[in-house]
Parts: sequence; C-alpha cells; structure tokens
Amino acid sequence: MCPGCTTALAIEGVTAVQPGQPPRVDLMEDAKRTLAGPTLPDPQKPGEKPDDEPLYAARKKIYPQNVSGTFRRLKWALLIVGLAIYYFLPFVRWDRGPNAPHQAVLIDIPGRRFYFFFIEIWPQEVYYLTGLLIIAAMTLFLMNALAGRVWCGYLCPQTVWTDLYIAIERWIEGDRRKHLKRDRQGWTFDRAARAASKHFWWLMIAWWTGGAWVLYFADAPSLVKDLATFQAPFVAYAFIGILTFTTYALAGWMREQVCIYMCPWPRIQAALTDEYAFNVTYRYDRGEPRTSLKKAAALHANGQPAGDCIDCLQCMYACPSGVDIRTGPDVACIQCGLCIDACDAVMAKIGRPPRLIAYDTEVNIERRKQGLGPLYKIVRTRTVLYAAIIVVVTAIMTYTLATRHNDGINVIHDRNPLFVRLSDGAVRNGYAIHILNKTLETQSFVLKVSGLADADVEVIGSEARSGGDPVIDVGPDQSREVRVLVTTHQRLGSEASIPVTFTVVPAKGGMAANAADHFLGP
Amino acid sequence: MDDRTEDDRKLQPQIATTGHEWDGIRELNTPLPRWWLWLFYATIIWAIGYWVVYPAWPLVSSYSKGIINWHSRDVVATDLAALQAQRGPMMAQLVSASLQDIESTPELLDFARALGGRAFADNCAPCHGAGGGGAKGYPNLTDDDWLWGGTLADISQTITHGVRSGDDQGHQGSMPAFGRDGMLKRDDIIVVADYVRSLSGLSTTPGADLARGAKIFADNCAVCHGPQGKGNRSVGAPNLTDQIWLYGPETKTIIDGIWNGHGGVMPAWGAKLDPVTIKALTVYVHTFGGGEK
Repeated sequence: MCPGCTTALAIEGVTAVQPGQPPRVDLMEDAKRTLAGPTLPDPQKPGEKPDDEPLYAARKKIYPQNVSGTFRRLKWALLIVGLAIYYFLPFVRWDRGPNAPHQAVLIDIPGRRFYFFFIEIWPQEVYYLTGLLIIAAMTLFLMNALAGRVWCGYLCPQTVWTDLYIAIERWIEGDRRKHLKRDRQGWTFDRAARAASKHFWWLMIAWWTGGAWVLYFADAPSLVKDLATFQAPFVAYAFIGILTFTTYALAGWMREQVCIYMCPWPRIQAALTDEYAFNVTYRYDRGEPRTSLKKAAALHANGQPAGDCIDCLQCMYACPSGVDIRTGPDVACIQCGLCIDACDAVMAKIGRPPRLIAYDTEVNIERRKQGLGPLYKIVRTRTVLYAAIIVVVTAIMTYTLATRHNDGINVIHDRNPLFVRLSDGAVRNGYAIHILNKTLETQSFVLKVSGLADADVEVIGSEARSGGDPVIDVGPDQSREVRVLVTTHQRLGSEASIPVTFTVVPAKGGMAANAADHFLGP
Repeated sequence: MDDRTEDDRKLQPQIATTGHEWDGIRELNTPLPRWWLWLFYATIIWAIGYWVVYPAWPLVSSYSKGIINWHSRDVVATDLAALQAQRGPMMAQLVSASLQDIESTPELLDFARALGGRAFADNCAPCHGAGGGGAKGYPNLTDDDWLWGGTLADISQTITHGVRSGDDQGHQGSMPAFGRDGMLKRDDIIVVADYVRSLSGLSTTPGADLARGAKIFADNCAVCHGPQGKGNRSVGAPNLTDQIWLYGPETKTIIDGIWNGHGGVMPAWGAKLDPVTIKALTVYVHTFGGGEK
C-alpha cells in the first residue's frame, strides 16, 4: 500500500466507528493517539473544565514497526557486541598465578578485591572508581553536547534489552500490523500460545541476564556448576531472581515508561543540550507544509509551496517510545535514529532525497530558513571543557595506576598512653603499623625508622632481623598489622614531638613505602 | 491567550494545560502514569501484609506478634551463634595453645590481641586506662616495671586471682601504715623519705641526714623492699631505685605513703571471666610492650 494513503484510510476507519460500539484497537485510532504524544492526554475540548483532566494516565501500548537501514544496523551491531560482552566476559580467564583467582573480571566481595585483567584494586583504592565515574559522567555530557542522547539511543541497557525484547515480540507475535490485527481479534488459542511463548522467551533472557550478573562476583565456571546442582549460596539465587524480575518487568512491560518517568537523565540532558548539538531532528523547514503526494503535485503546479513530508506516519510507527518526532524535541525521544531509517525508506520509494529526519542542529535549520549555508561548531566552550576534564582525569588515573606501589604502609600512633617512661628512664612510643603486600607472593619487609637518634625498634610477635632492622613477613595479596615499639635513651626536651619516618623495603628489593608520624616525649 | 510562536503552534498543535496561569506562565498538564498509582496501592497492600507477618501494633499490655513470631532478640542470638561458629576454629586453637605458642604464631597472636583488646576495654580500662597507661595508684601496664612479675605466667596469675582480692591464691602483702600505727616517728619518716628519693637519684632536702635514713630504711623497709631498695615481687614491694612511681615521686607523696601505708586492690577475674578470655587478656597485656620473657 502506498504510505501516503494510510492517513486517508485511517480517517475512514475512524468515521466507521459508530457511537455505542465497543472501542477497538485500530490502526488509525492508534495513530491518532500517538499523534497526541505519548504522555499528554487528549487536548482539552472547549468548555471542558481543567479539573476533569485525568490525574493518572494509562500507558498506551506501543507496537513499534520493524525498519531497516543504517541506524537499525548500527543498533544491531552494538546490541550484539554489548550483550556478548555482558554474557560471556565472566568466562574469560586470566592467569595470575597460584595466589589469586583466574577470572579476568571479578568483584570479590568477601575478599575485598576487584580484578580487571592485569589490574587489581584494593578497597582503599576506591578513588579509581571515583575517577571512572567522573570520566563516565563527562563522556555522557560530551556525547550529549556533540550528538544528543547517544547513550539513550544506542548504549543504555534499558534500550538494548528493550530492543532485544521487541525483536522477540516481533518474531513471535508478528510485526506491527500483524500484531495489531491479532490483538484486535480478541483472545484466540493462537494468540494465547504466542503470548505464552513470548513471555517464556522473555523470562529465559531475563533469567540468563540475572545469571550472568552473579557470575561477576564468583568464579564463573564453578558457580555455574554450583547453581545447576543447587549448591550455590542463597544470595546467588536471590540476585538471579531479582534481576530476572527487573529485566522482565523493565524490558518487557515498562519499556519507554522507564525512560519517561524513572530515569533522571532525560531531564538532565535537556538542560545540557544546546542549539549546536546534533539531535535526531525533523527538518520542518523542508517537510512543512506536509501534504499528500497528489496534493503536493497540485500545489507545485500552482506555484504554491509544499513540503516533503507526506504525513505517512512511518516515523511514528517505528518509534519505540511512541513519539512523533515532527513535534520537535521531546523528553520521551531516546534518539535511537529508527525514525530516520523509516523516513529514508519512504523518501527512497517516492523519489525524494533522504534524511528528511536526520541528525541536525537547531542552528542549521534556522540558517537554512534564512537561506544560509550550514554551520557546524564542534569546538565549543562546553565540548572543550568536557574533553579537557576527560583527558586530565584519564591522564591522572593512568599515571597513578602505572606508578602505584606494590606495597604500602600506614602508621597509627598509640593514643593512650602517648609515651611510656621505662624503669631506666628511657622513653618508648607504641605504634600500630599496617603493611600492605599487593604482590601475589609472600614478601619480607625490612622496617626502618628514621628521624630519631638512638632508636631501638621492636616488633611484637616477630623476632626476625636483617642488619639490625626488624623483618616482617606479609602473605600474598594480604595486609598485616603489627604492634611496633620504638624506644630511645636519648634525652628528650620537654614535650618533645620528633617527626619520624617509617619505611618498609621489600627484602628482595623493590619500591619502598613511607609513612610519617611523630615520636612523643614527656 | 495563545502567545506561542508560529513554529510552536505548528510543531505542537495539541498541548494540554491545567488552565492555571501565573503572570503568563502556564502549567502543562502532565498526569502521572497509572502504574505509579498501582505501585502506590501495592505499597499499601505490602504494609498490611507486613503488619500481619511481623510485630507491628502496640496493644494495651502487649503488641501484635505477627504470624512468623519474629523477634529482634532471636536475630541477636542467631548472629551471636554465627559469630561463635566463625570464631570456633581459632578459639579451639587458643584454648589448646600455650601462652608462648600464641605469641609466636602471628594469626593466633592477632586473634588473641583482638579478643583481649575487647576484654581489656570492658573490664580493665576503668582503672588501668584504655591503653593500659595506668593512673596514680593503678599500675602502668605498658612499662617494664612489674610489682608482681611481668612474664606471661605472672600476668595470668595476677589476672586470675587478683591482688588483695580475698582470693586464697591472690597476691597478699601490703605497705604498713608506719606513721598512723606508731611504728615510726614523724621526723624518722621525713628522713627516710629523703633517703628513698636518693635511691633513684632524685634531689633531697638540703642538709638531710641520709645516713640516718639508711639506718631507718635497713631496720624497717629492707624486709620487703630489699637492702638496696630493689623491691620484692613475692610481696609486691616496688623497686624504689627506678624511674617509675606508682603513687608519685614527690617527697610529700612518699611521706604520705609511709605514714598511711598502701594496699591497692585488684579483683580476681578468674571468678568472672572464662579461661580463654583470661588467656587472651594475658597476651594482650604482655604485648603492650613491657612483657618479660
């Protein structure tokens, strides 16, 4: 059928419904509702009081139509790559020797370690997470300043899983038209069987999603075995259950409602965007006034203006959020680009140039209306600022990660008593010393105290010495706290507070770690 | 009045407002989604279910118990049992290991110090201070001067049976009240106090008769404190020649001690604490820094 005729048919459909007839889901009615926008109720009729407006709006079921084109292909590619990483990454092995797990990506909560290929993060290094979050936020801002809601349209898990669920839905219940027709026919055995099958597959995907999630928190192959034999800890089953439910509910039932009502990002990005940012845009300067093919030909013949938009509603049918892109920027629009593909297909059929809907900027539409050429401004204050922050934070992170120590030392001076007078008049201070060994072998550390003349250093529970200095063994990938006593026979001034430095040097050689503290006297 | 621009009108032909207007600013009518309302109802139903299942409502003399009979004290008991189970293997080692073995095994030492530290804070810190630093009349446990001995065995004995605690095996013996009980005259006490100060090299009153002080000391004090004043641990007599003073080195304090005597009391903790806790406490006190081999 010619897309341009759809509207005409639709109007016939509407008029055919007689008063008193039960309301039906109808192609045309659906289109009319979608035209009104996904969230807004029907426009106020004259004379109707505002108080009669509904306080709560029911969700309008969306039947997104399948499209093919550049953006659809891009979305499939990102979906396949993203989901493949998510589902299979826990099974990737990484040899770390006998004293650490062999999983490339592992969040070891009981052991308080995070492993990411060659990087191992200890809890006190959580600032790397802070840095990552800053980079992530700034990347989001930068993407938004350059090309709008790239995250929402292509990368957000909500979008990716919803896309997958819609694909399953189409596969079982048919594309838009078939699905609508089936729904209109009421409950038949065929429809029930298809619905059951759809929910079964949705639940299977949801279950696998939850299952993959828990694999990041334990050794994946053995956890899979434990899960299958019901030997896994309860918390694993609980989290699989929770994630199965959230995936099924959010991607199967909630869909665009998540983006419109639950996610804060649409609101934030609306405040961050500007007139130079590329957004999925209906080029109304070219499309308006919209009119059918025949009428357009007539108008052109009379020398009157007619736009390229033939009001075929294909952009709306393709939209997973039920948005009419032609109404301008919309908080519900995730900018997935599927309307571009839909419109391009129509433009190709009717022999008009593509990209009536395209990634475009507000500035260029205005300039075209004034007969000016396009103006692209990638380098703007905000993009430079976002990029600079990303570069600086990445540089700092890389530098600190590359130069970080494999060992560490923390010192806490005894709070009570601050110092001890011994029977021969010597003064002693007690310290709790925490030594970190981030290598994957047992290491011996030589403890040296500098800054205090005539200092005698003793470690409780460790007699070993190397050249007079105490030696402390710390197990692989572990930390150890020891009590250290520093005694001096030196005559101290009144209320002495002498800066001292504690140094641990790996006995086998390597980077030394320092910590500063004080030696206090009477 | 419709004051939208032409483009606005073209792009958003239908826009619902609440009809409210303030200084030309109109309020869009954006109703909440209905599922939000359902969630709200669901929370109410959840709350009712919660009241039925868990303790919830105060009644006149009691409260509604809930059908699963949940009680926060049961949770505490379960948690404590889980803690004991978790500590079990280390606890068993602590019970069987000797005090020396505990100190030479790093894991056991850490465990004993952690356990001992808690017990010390609960039971010992009121007198000996949070870090064992002591106070006037309450010995400092972190130095190397011990009234009753500083080996592991000595410390264990002192903790278990106490000092002048009424326990048969506790440490006995006290400093007599030489002045109050008329054993020494006032000026003898003043002279001997000066002599005691001289033992650890402290200044004495100008013109003090230290020879007479030494005579008085030999006749009255050396029985317990030893001929050189080095003390005697079997009766808890302090060493008077070192730098550590339980009550203070001032002449007045020493005179006061000789006149009125001393006899501080430490309870016998064996009656209150279990043997493992005392073991852990012993190790903890021993590793303050002053422990003797």
